[in-house]
Amino acid sequence: MAGVRYVGASRVYAKGAKPAVDLLDLDVKDGEFMVLVGPSGSGKTTALRMLAGLEPLDGGRIEIAGRDVSDVQPKDRDIAMVFQNYALYPSKTVAENMGFALKMQHVPKPERDRRVREAARILDLDEALLDRKPKALSGGQRQRVAMGRAIVREPKVFLMDEPLSNLDAKLRVQTRSQIAELQRRLGVTTVYVTHDQVEAMTMGHRVAVLSGGKLQQCASPRELYDNPVNQFVAGFIGSPAMNLLTAPLTEGGARLAGAMVPLAPAVRLAADRDRLSEIVLGIRPEQMHLVAAGGADTGGGVGPGGSGASGSSAGGDAGSAVLAGDVVLVEELGADALLHVRLADDGGSVVARAEGRRPPAPGQRVAFRVQSADVLAFNPATGARLAG
Amino acid sequence: MTAVADAPATAPSTPAGPRRSRRAREMSSLAGWTVLGWVVGIAFFIPVLWMVITAFKPEASAETWPPKFTFSPTLAEFRVVFSGATPAWPFIEHSAIATVGSTIVVLVLALPAAYALSIRPVRGWRDSLFFFISTKMLPVVAAIGPLYVIALKTHLLDSIWLLIILYAAMNLPLAIWMIRSFMLEVPTEMLEAARLDGAGRIREITEVIMPVVSPGLVSTALICIIFAWNELFLALNLTVTNAATMPMFLISSVPQEGLYIAHLSAAATIASVPVIIVGWVAQRSLVRGLSMGAIK
Repeated sequence: MAGVRYVGASRVYAKGAKPAVDLLDLDVKDGEFMVLVGPSGSGKTTALRMLAGLEPLDGGRIEIAGRDVSDVQPKDRDIAMVFQNYALYPSKTVAENMGFALKMQHVPKPERDRRVREAARILDLDEALLDRKPKALSGGQRQRVAMGRAIVREPKVFLMDEPLSNLDAKLRVQTRSQIAELQRRLGVTTVYVTHDQVEAMTMGHRVAVLSGGKLQQCASPRELYDNPVNQFVAGFIGSPAMNLLTAPLTEGGARLAGAMVPLAPAVRLAADRDRLSEIVLGIRPEQMHLVAAGGADTGGGVGPGGSGASGSSAGGDAGSAVLAGDVVLVEELGADALLHVRLADDGGSVVARAEGRRPPAPGQRVAFRVQSADVLAFNPATGARLAG
Repeated sequence: MTAVADAPATAPSTPAGPRRSRRAREMSSLAGWTVLGWVVGIAFFIPVLWMVITAFKPEASAETWPPKFTFSPTLAEFRVVFSGATPAWPFIEHSAIATVGSTIVVLVLALPAAYALSIRPVRGWRDSLFFFISTKMLPVVAAIGPLYVIALKTHLLDSIWLLIILYAAMNLPLAIWMIRSFMLEVPTEMLEAARLDGAGRIREITEVIMPVVSPGLVSTALICIIFAWNELFLALNLTVTNAATMPMFLISSVPQEGLYIAHLSAAATIASVPVIIVGWVAQRSLVRGLSMGAIK
């Protein structure tokens, strides 16, 4: 039973300055893999260090397994941390590094050795490496030693501070899945900090998005992707990022690229209530389906079918709109291609995902169909999602 | 330096010229700097070389101008230094005790002090640091009067303990500054990891910090040894025979009535040997310690 709770936790560095962590309320369940994600300066590392006891709290409290640990020394919190730069002791061997915490706890040597060997086995660390010093190891091996140091302690909570950021891209992908699988196997509550939303989406049971010290949204990756609660989360989660375009409101909906994007009644209601004259539309790259000149969808688009209307500003049917634009750049990724398109009528720039085999060429005029059900709407001033 | 002087005057002359003459210019400029480096190095070394060579000359032919480099070497002067009228052994012994003793005291005191001024700074650490350095701003000549009186009253005049205490006081500020700068190089993450692992203050110092700063400790100790070994002023004024050090022996080898160059050179060579040996043995640590943190 080792959940973690942040209850109104705050940290302010200088009097009168903006809080680094602002009234954070977060509930991590026992055995859960919680990822704290956000851009630099969002407070995620500070929040992790507050949990570790390396930063004091200026407000609120933190609980581990139901116990208030706000004033408890780091070594007594029954946690283990993996640092971004591994923080291995250079003068000690790998085995001594991993066993150091146990030595401090006066665990007898045979037991220490057993646990170190066990951790090495779990992490696929060759026994021969146990007698080497960190400087004789590769980056990936050092990272595993850092994790081994944490595993050996059998703590209630694992804390990880961007442990993959010093690895090369390929190793990162490999290690990412290893860490996730390890956590599922050991079942230890884990709080993991990263700035990489791909790591967040693939590893976490739930993801907490932070910005400016405040929690934006905490939900499962799926929920964050499909139902972002504000513009920040919508633009942060998903790669390539969601297209966010400001569009003026008119009678029929929102005007974008010379077309009329229909809006759900609930969204209209919310926009009217907030007295908005324009809103921010959010459309994911894969939700922009390339259409042929005749208005029919190309490449397997699913929507209510082309209405047969031709011309660049054809409205499509009530549930969709067709947006036209010029291709500026094509990024070919193999299986798909990313089209950077400048929309007609000063609509702004968007990125759309298209089939990789024969993408349109730069300079070509294209049109996309978007379903109004896929379009999200946000308040331009506050960034809040308009109900829908 | 003609190579350097020539280089800028060389203009590209051949069609394939520009690249080749730039390379030639680079190489001749590199050669020029190399020559300059060697010239300066040798210029610094020549007096020492002269001293060592003169030590092996018989007294009669020692003082000649221009200096003779061909002669039949003899150990006569060295024999006089060790078993002549005033043998050098007691002086060497006193120097060794004062140097080693004061360096040990310095290291034992400077390590915790540097810790308290870097890793876990105490309140007012900046003032403490300035206080330590300010003690070096006082000319020792100004302090010798009061020091003499204190030594007299505490019956420490002409005592080796006095030298150990004073040399320790003399070297402590420098040692604290140096060790502090090495401790600042210890990565904060490592200290936090140790804190999380449950290392208390003592363990933190012995298990984590000391292994990392040990090259710095060696270079600090070496600097302290050099300063203590070569210190003359305090030894001259506060000791007579019981604690007289090597520098004083050298002074006494410069008698009023005429200059015994070979004898002096022999004594000076003997005086330099221990420090040179220590420096040679520790040179790798010294370079690493002095440049620690420069390349991260």
